[in-house]
Amino acid sequence: MPRELLKGNNAMAEAAVRAGVQAYFGYPITPQTELLEYMARRMPELGRVFLQAESEVAAINMVYGAACTGARVMSSSSSPGVSLMMEGISYIAGTEVPVMLIDVVRGGPGLGNIAPSQGDYNQIVHGGGHGDYHPIVLAPSSVQEAIDLTVLAFDLAEKYLTIAIVMADGSIGQMMEPAELPEMQPVRSQYPDWSVRGAQGRERRILSSIYIDPKDEEVANFRLMERWNQIQMNEIRYKEYYLEDAQIVVVGFGTAGRVALSAVRAARAEGIPVGLFRPISLSPFPYKQLEELAGRAEAILVTEMNSGQMLEDVLRAAKGRLPVEFYGRMGGMMPFPDEILTEIQRMARQPLVIDGDPRQRWMERFSKVLDLERARN
Amino acid sequence: MELVTPTQLVYQRPKALADVPTHYCPGCTHGVAHRLIAEVIDEIGVRERTIGVAPVGCSVFAYNYFDCDFVEAAHGRAPAMATGIKRLLPDRIVFTYQGDGDLASIGMAEIMHAAARGENITVIFINNAIYGMTGGQMAPTTLPGQKTTSSPSGRDVEQMGFPVRMSEILSTLDGVGYVVRRSLHDPKNIRLAKKAIRLAFEAQMRGLGFSMVELLSTCPTNWGLTPLQALHWLEEHMIPVYPLDDFKVSPTLAGLRL
Repeated sequence: MPRELLKGNNAMAEAAVRAGVQAYFGYPITPQTELLEYMARRMPELGRVFLQAESEVAAINMVYGAACTGARVMSSSSSPGVSLMMEGISYIAGTEVPVMLIDVVRGGPGLGNIAPSQGDYNQIVHGGGHGDYHPIVLAPSSVQEAIDLTVLAFDLAEKYLTIAIVMADGSIGQMMEPAELPEMQPVRSQYPDWSVRGAQGRERRILSSIYIDPKDEEVANFRLMERWNQIQMNEIRYKEYYLEDAQIVVVGFGTAGRVALSAVRAARAEGIPVGLFRPISLSPFPYKQLEELAGRAEAILVTEMNSGQMLEDVLRAAKGRLPVEFYGRMGGMMPFPDEILTEIQRMARQPLVIDGDPRQRWMERFSKVLDLERARN
Repeated sequence: MELVTPTQLVYQRPKALADVPTHYCPGCTHGVAHRLIAEVIDEIGVRERTIGVAPVGCSVFAYNYFDCDFVEAAHGRAPAMATGIKRLLPDRIVFTYQGDGDLASIGMAEIMHAAARGENITVIFINNAIYGMTGGQMAPTTLPGQKTTSSPSGRDVEQMGFPVRMSEILSTLDGVGYVVRRSLHDPKNIRLAKKAIRLAFEAQMRGLGFSMVELLSTCPTNWGLTPLQALHWLEEHMIPVYPLDDFKVSPTLAGLRL
C-alpha cells in the first residue's frame, strides 16, 4: 500500500477497519473524538456496526456483549472515559473474551486538559479495574506504529482471550504524518466454540465472570495467570537505538521515547555514548531486556510524560545496580529534545549516585524550572 | 398399565427451562416469572436463537435456569450488553432479566438509552420494591414508609425521595414499542403476565423497538412476611403505587390475535 499523510486517530480507525473489526461502540471525548467520527462514517458504509453509546460505561458494556458473540470488536476513549470503562474492562478480563481498546491519553487527574500525556500508565498497565488480571498494553510512538499495533492488538486479544489496549498519547492521536495502511482483511465468518450466538443444535453456552465458589474463582485466577505467563514469554516488544556501546541508557515510551531519540542523536553528535531503549509492550514490560542493559550500562535516564509511573518498573529491573535518573513533564506538557539533552549532558558530566530517590532529585531540579517559568509569566 | 399417557399430559416443564432446582427463597415469584418466560420461548419456538442477559441481584444466576445461551452482565448494564449482542446478531431474540435495583437505580442510564434508541430487545423487569440479594435494603421502587434495612424507620420521602415508576417513564420515549405493568400475585394476574411477556417477544420479532414487561413481585424473606402474606401485601400496597396497565402498545401489537 502507498504511504499517505494520515492523522493518528483516523489511521488507527482505518487500521481497525482493515483488521476486520465488526463493531465499534464509543463516546465522544477529546483528543480521541476523530476516531469515533471516522467510525461513524466508515462502519455503516461497510455494513458493520457503529453505535454512539450514552456513556463510556455503556460503551464498554456494549463491547462486552458484542465480544461474547465471538465478533472482532473495539472501543476507544481518552483517560477520564477509560476510568469509567474500568468496570467493564474487569468483567471482560474475568469472562475471558477478547476486546481491543484504544486509550488516547490526555492530561489529568480529574478533568485535567486535552493535551498529550502518559498519566494513564498506572491505570492501564498496573490495574484500574478490580480483581486479578493483566491487560496487554502497547504504546506507539508514531502514526505508523499506531496502525501496526492496532492490528496486532486485535490478534493478541483473540489469541489470549483478554483485553488488549493501545495506549497512545494524545499527540499520536492528533498528529499527521506519512504512514502505510495494511491490506483489507475479510471479516470473520467462523466463530469460536465459546461464542454465544444461540444454542442451535448444541448445548447452551453461558459466558460469565462469576465463580461464586472461591475454589473455582481461584482456579480461574490461576488460568489467567498461566495465560499471563505465556504473554510475558511471547509478547515482549521494544526498540533499541544506539545501545551497542551506550554507557547512558535513556528509557522512554510513546511520544516521550520519540522526543528522547532526538535528544540521544544530539548527544551522540557531541560524542556522548548514549542510547535509547523504547518499550513498546508496556504490559508485558520488558524487565529482562532492561535487566540485561542495567548489567552493562553505567546509568539510566527514564523520561516520561507523567511523574514517573514507568520509573517504578525500570527501578525494579535496575535492582539498585546503577544510578537511575528521571526527567518528566506532567499535566499535558511535552518535553522538548533539548530538555532531555540537558539531562543527558548533566549525567555525562556529573558523578551520579545509586542511593536516594530519582523522583525526589528530579522534583528538586524541576522546581527551579517551574520557578523560572512562573517568573517569566 | 400406564396411568398417564402422553395424550393426557397437560402440564410439564418448558423446554426452555433447565431441569435444575433454583436458589430462590420459598414464596419468591422469580420462579413464576422464569417459567412464564420459558413457556413463551417454547410457544414461539425460538429457544435455539434466544440469548438471555442476566443481571446482578437475586436473579444473578438466572442463566443457570434457562436452557438457552446466556451472558451475565455487570450491575445495571444488561441493556448495554444486550445492545452489543443484538446489534451483532439482529435476527436473534435477546432479552434481559433485571430487578429494580439493577434497572431503576444503578442501571437507569442504560435502560433509558436502550429504550430511547428503540433497541429491539425485550426487558423483563422484576419490581419487588427492595434489594433482595444484599439482604433487604431500600430500592428506588421501595414504597413511602416501607421499612428496609437501609430505611429502618420506613422510607421517609423527605429524606429518601419517592418511588420510581419505570413503565410510566419509559412509555414517554418514542423508541418504545411495548411497555406494560403486570403482577404475579394470583393466577389470573399470572395469566395476564404471560400474555404480556408473549406480546413483548412478539414486539421484538416484529422489529417494533424496545419492549418491557414490569412484573410486580414478592420478596417474603426481606419483607418479613410469609409467602401468602406477601402476595396480599403486594396486592394491597404495591398496586396502588404501581397501577397495572398498558402504558404503550404499538398499534401492530394491539391488533394481534394470539
